[in-house]
Parts: sequence; structure tokens; C-alpha cells
Amino acid sequence: MSLIDSFPEMVLTTKIDQLLNWTRKSSLWYMLFGLACCAIEMMQTGGPRSDLDRFGMVPRATPRVSDLMIVAGTLTLKMALRTKVLYEQMPDPKYVLSMGSCANCGGLFQLAYSVCDGVDKVIPVDVYVPGCPPRPEALTEGLMMLQEKMMQEKWLVRSEPRASV
Amino acid sequence: MVGSLGAAGLGLSIDMDIDGIQKRLEDTFGAAVGPVTQGRVENWIEVDADKIDGVSEYLQSHPDLKFEVLTNLTGCDYPDKGHIQIIYSLVSYDSGAELTIKVNADREDPKVNTVMHIWAAADWLEREVFDLLGVDFIGHSDQRRILLPDDWIGNPLRKDYVEAPDYHGISTVRESLLSLDIPGRR
Repeated sequence: MSLIDSFPEMVLTTKIDQLLNWTRKSSLWYMLFGLACCAIEMMQTGGPRSDLDRFGMVPRATPRVSDLMIVAGTLTLKMALRTKVLYEQMPDPKYVLSMGSCANCGGLFQLAYSVCDGVDKVIPVDVYVPGCPPRPEALTEGLMMLQEKMMQEKWLVRSEPRASV
Repeated sequence: MVGSLGAAGLGLSIDMDIDGIQKRLEDTFGAAVGPVTQGRVENWIEVDADKIDGVSEYLQSHPDLKFEVLTNLTGCDYPDKGHIQIIYSLVSYDSGAELTIKVNADREDPKVNTVMHIWAAADWLEREVFDLLGVDFIGHSDQRRILLPDDWIGNPLRKDYVEAPDYHGISTVRESLLSLDIPGRR
């Protein structure tokens, strides 16, 4: 009889990495960062019909307690500098989802003098959601892709050798 | 353009169409006021840049005119004509009349007297024209950029504006995905 079979039924065996990732992906607090019309769809995604709350996602009004930044809308160059500051204020591990054509590449306003051609010019992006604006279903799928990505992460294995003291 | 409501509907005296207003202005301000120009959509009166504050005060305060509302103030660059045109759209609540005044400022050194002490709405509108076209409004109490960042170089609505290659290290050009060599793409 193996050790695992000898445990009572409510015991769950898992790996530490998976447990950490599972807890982390199940309480993904996102920072409110609506910049244009995409923000309306993001609010709709948070609303009762598609209900982000079932993933444990709640909107936060400050970057300091947020895990995820959903960049929803046209990013102007003036805002791009502030976006970088907000991203740096978020605690690690942090993720960025670029929502809609404007945040992906500048979209309709790519040739405008005042628009930053994509949020990835300023901060690293994990998931791009196409659309103008994306429907709540599309944003939800993007968030589930992000959750899949989070489940692949390894926190306990050090990839680079420990620095000598 | 004086709206059709003006003379007939609300009992204004008959000389209060745009020609009447132009005649009054010309009698008061002389050569600083140009003739009525017929446009495709509306007719307008051109006024010298250094007299616009006086003309505005007259239009706003004269009991027969009472153009109390500045609904819009904007600008347009005409490089081939060598000037930047500032356009004032006025409305009188009393008569329902509308009037368009235009000012031509020299393109190389555009200077126009401010009207913010006559219509408070002109404050931000003049700042916008200053921001995007670089027109200097003499007498404006708080003339700085309103939309673009303070460290922006150039005035984007000028026809000869060239976009800078980068802003604080952020490149303003995005390469087409088709031009990039992406591994694994068919």
C-alpha cells in the first residue's frame, strides 16, 4: 500500500509550484486602466453578464495592490510616460494585458502625432487581445490565456546560478 | 452668418444682418474691419489682429448686438497665404443670431490680442490654439499648452509639422509585421 493511498480522502497532493500558480491565477486583481472606448467593454466584462468575479478578479484603483494591468484604450505619448510609472509601482509578479487595436499597435490612430504606437513600446505585454473594441468574450478568453500562462510558471526552480556572496 | 431667426422672428431692427453689423463695426473701428466675405457655408467679417479685443468688446456689450456667447474659437494654418486664421463663432441669446469673425495672423510671428477678459470661454480655447498652432495671444493670463505635454516640440496642426522620430525614447514609428522576419511564419 503506497503512502498516498493511506491518506484520508480530503487530502490533496500537488506540487508547490502548481499550488502557488493556482492561488495566484485565482485571485488576479486588475488595475483599472481604461483609456478610451475599450474601457466600456472592460466594465461590461467585469459586470454580471460575463462576471470576472468568478475568476477571483476584482478591480483595484491603485497599482500598488494590483497583479494585472489591463491597458484598455488609446495610449497617448503623454500617458505613456505615466503608464511606465504605474507599471513600476505594481508589485512583482505582475502582468500586462493589452486590450484592443489601439493598445496593441496604435490602431486607427497609429499615424497620429500624439499617439503611442502600442503599449509594448513602453512596458512588456503578456497577452494581446485584438478587436476594436474586443467583446467581453474576447477579453475573457485573453484573461484565460493569461491564466494558462501563469500555470506554466516555475517559482521554486532557480534558472540562473545563485550569485556568490 | 446671422441666422434666419434673427431679424424677422425676434423683432430685431432690419439692419442687424451681417452687412448691418459690418457697417457698424466699420463706422466704429475704421480700416481695421474688412468687408463681408461670402463663404460657401457662412459669411464672415475679417478683423485686424490688434483690434480683435476692441471689436469683441463692442459686439459683446453693445445693447443692439449682445453677442454674449463665444461658442467656438479655433485656428487654421494657410501656408500658401502666409497666415494663420483664427475663427471666432459668436451667438447672441437675445436674438438667436450667429456671427463669424476671422482674424489673420502672420504665420512667421502670429500675435493676436486675447479675448479671454470678454468671454471666459476663450481661456482654454486660446490655449488650445496656442498649443496646436503656436499663436501668441497677447494678454492671456495663463498661456501654456493644454493638450500636449509641456516639453513637446512644435505645433502639430501647422501644415509643415514633421513628427519627431521619438518622444522620451519612445519610438513614434511602428514597423509593419509584414516587413519583419518572424521565425516560423509561413
